[in-house]
Amino acid sequence: MLKLNINGKDHEIDADPDMPLMWAIRDLAGLTGTKFGCGLAMCGACTVHVDGFPMRSCQFAVGDVGESRVTTIEGVNGAAATAVQAAWVDLDVPQCGYCQSGQIMSAAALLSETPNPTDDDIDAAMSGNLCRCATYHRIRAAIHDAARRLEA
Amino acid sequence: MLNQRIPGKLAAIMGTAAQAETSRRNFLIGAAAAGSALVIGFRASTPALASDGNAEEAPINPLSAYVTIDEDNTITVHSAHFDMGQGAYHGVATLVKQELGCSWQQMAVIGAAGNVKLYGNLAWGGFAQGTGGSTAMASSWDRYRTAGATAREMLKAAAANEWGVASTNIVAEAGTLTGPGGQQATYGDMAAKAAEMPVPTDVALKPAEAWTEIGNEKTLRFDRAGKTDGTQDFTIDVKLPGLLTAVPIHPPKFGATVASFDAEEAKQVKGVVDVVQTPRGLAVVGEHMWAAIKGRELVTVEWDESGAETRGSEAILAEYRAQSTEAPTVMARNDGNAEEALAGADRVVEATYEFPFLAHAALEPLNAVVHRNEDGIIEVWGGHQIPDIYQMASAQVADVDPSQVRMHVMKSGGGFGRRAVADADVIVETVAAAKALGWRAPVRMQWTREDDMTAGRYRPAYVHRVRAGLDANGNIIAWDNHIVGQSILGGTPFEGMIQDGVDATSVEGSNTLPYAIPNLSVGLTTTDVKVPVLWWRAVGSTHTAYATEAFFDELATAAGKDPVEWRMELIKDHPRHSETLKLVAEKADWSGPVPEGRFRGVSLHESFGSVVAQIAEVSVDGTDVRVHKVWCAVDCGTAINPDTIKAQMEGGIGFGLGSILSEELTLADGGEVEQGNYDSYLPLRIDQMPEIEVHIVPSDNPPTGVGEPGTPPIGPAVANAVFAATGKRIYNLPFAKGFA
Repeated sequence: MLKLNINGKDHEIDADPDMPLMWAIRDLAGLTGTKFGCGLAMCGACTVHVDGFPMRSCQFAVGDVGESRVTTIEGVNGAAATAVQAAWVDLDVPQCGYCQSGQIMSAAALLSETPNPTDDDIDAAMSGNLCRCATYHRIRAAIHDAARRLEA
Repeated sequence: MLNQRIPGKLAAIMGTAAQAETSRRNFLIGAAAAGSALVIGFRASTPALASDGNAEEAPINPLSAYVTIDEDNTITVHSAHFDMGQGAYHGVATLVKQELGCSWQQMAVIGAAGNVKLYGNLAWGGFAQGTGGSTAMASSWDRYRTAGATAREMLKAAAANEWGVASTNIVAEAGTLTGPGGQQATYGDMAAKAAEMPVPTDVALKPAEAWTEIGNEKTLRFDRAGKTDGTQDFTIDVKLPGLLTAVPIHPPKFGATVASFDAEEAKQVKGVVDVVQTPRGLAVVGEHMWAAIKGRELVTVEWDESGAETRGSEAILAEYRAQSTEAPTVMARNDGNAEEALAGADRVVEATYEFPFLAHAALEPLNAVVHRNEDGIIEVWGGHQIPDIYQMASAQVADVDPSQVRMHVMKSGGGFGRRAVADADVIVETVAAAKALGWRAPVRMQWTREDDMTAGRYRPAYVHRVRAGLDANGNIIAWDNHIVGQSILGGTPFEGMIQDGVDATSVEGSNTLPYAIPNLSVGLTTTDVKVPVLWWRAVGSTHTAYATEAFFDELATAAGKDPVEWRMELIKDHPRHSETLKLVAEKADWSGPVPEGRFRGVSLHESFGSVVAQIAEVSVDGTDVRVHKVWCAVDCGTAINPDTIKAQMEGGIGFGLGSILSEELTLADGGEVEQGNYDSYLPLRIDQMPEIEVHIVPSDNPPTGVGEPGTPPIGPAVANAVFAATGKRIYNLPFAKGFA
């Protein structure tokens, strides 16, 4: 049995250590806001925070998590995440919504580090998150909007 | 996507006519009490339904309805149209809300299925339920407004009865009924009594002057919050006690079949439950996804490749190129005599365009969940774009009557056409796996990205050969377009829609070219290739718009004409085209100055009843094309939700731009797909996304499509801008190949 701290709560996980964290979160802890898109860290839909840093949980073995704190879309909070989620709602960003958990986790991590990002900062932080609906136009605007909320 | 795909006689109603002629009387409104709820659209024995002559035919889904109003004042809209991200639920709900008078907070939308009489797509003639061809709003325009208005009038009638006042003196607004003396009741309070009122047969719909919802620019998608906090469930998120997860094993080449397999080692993997056969290959079933994936690595399969496609995509395209210079098999349009006019032309311009296979590559890989419940009903969860067909296919595989199958329509993580497959691929695969397990547990079949990308159902590869003749004054006197490629409809139950050998999905947009050209022919040669193909967002227009609009630009250069002005001259008989092109040219200030180092291209294309014009502004550094800005004008009839329309144009542009820049699905010599994931198949990313400005042409026509029409024009607009920048025409897509 492995112990995983997800969103501040300990979970007993019956898994081989090589199981990707994504499947442990989804199939064993039952938190399905974190999405499977590629399994290869190419789409970012599975992005979670590990000790506050954005990680692709599909390429992170559950055996390597150790004592680290895992945060998923269900548990993310704090000023940056709140501002990002509010901006996403006000700018009507999502279309299908499937990639948006990962987008929001990446955007919240970006704003935690860089409260007032440039377009280049946004490209660097967000280009690992695919959106097949191409809501990028609004994602960019929403990140700038969230930055303004954080300043206020 | 599923573009007017209905068999036989209905083929005649293709195109905008189908949408324009949608009749309010093509559908049935009934009502009934279900407990203390008012249910509009219920297929009960009401007079409105009895006249239909088929009243004894029971619905497969007993909960069929358009609108349900519960005692607790919850209003549930049952959407005939599937939401794959395009906002169909929001559109349908907006129509109900406009007539019923209620608040978003009290509304929910669920996917409906199982009663073609209620949910058949009216833009297809009502004979099948389905979402595609950008028809959801055209199909719903009268149906769901009428449902909302019927509910409103029955609620008012019930309140009038209760309060002893005239129904006309009651105001129904924001979920509340208010009488002339200040009497008040919520819709929920009055629902049970309303269900006993006679169903009005001719309710008045609100006139456009009274609209507060339709056309409201401030209305944002009602379901967006759940898509920002992880609570929106998709098929991958369905939770059932004891749910098992399966991954498929598909043949490595299209057309190969299982000869034998050995799964003994796989079954030893911790968490692997079983390995079973499916119509297409095998399924490895585990207690969870990771067990299934690990087990799958240990299964060995011998494939029978005797019937497999072994040509690589290079070889396939080379054959198409050769065929494109021969005479076409059939003609899809033949005005005047293009060959004769070409022979007599002052100048002939010719170009050959090549289009690769494309994958839909939606973010949620294909999946379905199947469970035979304790009543013996087989429940099927999925992104059911064509639920009736999936229900029939599921019943066939399960060997039960269709009445024993219930479809649960989930929202899907994208789709772009991939969730409407005539043979119900992932659906029947899941049913087969659950059946092979003796129905002992619910099963989720979850394809990996690689399964999804290599399983076929691609936008077909095509070659277009286009020739035009100019007279001495630079007028176009002849235009001939020969299209070579696979048929999407051929070999499917929709084959009956192929008219005189012409699959409309191969030529749409090409044979409907709006320009006034006296001699205009479009020919088609349909090829025999075993790569499974499918509609892909905007279907035929994904290639016809590029070939026609990039070629038009080449002609404009040859004739020394301005591409906007020349189009305006040649579309005088098409007022919607004219207005749309005029609007985009004004907004982009086409004739004005362009920033240093930036270049512009324009395109105009009608698809699914909507006209879209785009102007792209690019810069080019070596072979690196950067699209900075796109101006887009769209005429989609009445704009129901302007913000959703803008979002669909933005997304459609991003989707189309990714495809022309970098997307390409190839088969190696031997027939194996060469791309498996987003490391080799390359959709657009945020750093490639331009700024986009969308303008909607004012219109009071019935609504037409928005999910697809934004996609076709972007490719040629960018290609034409790249020519302006570099003098180079791009004939081979994607640019990564054709602009190397």
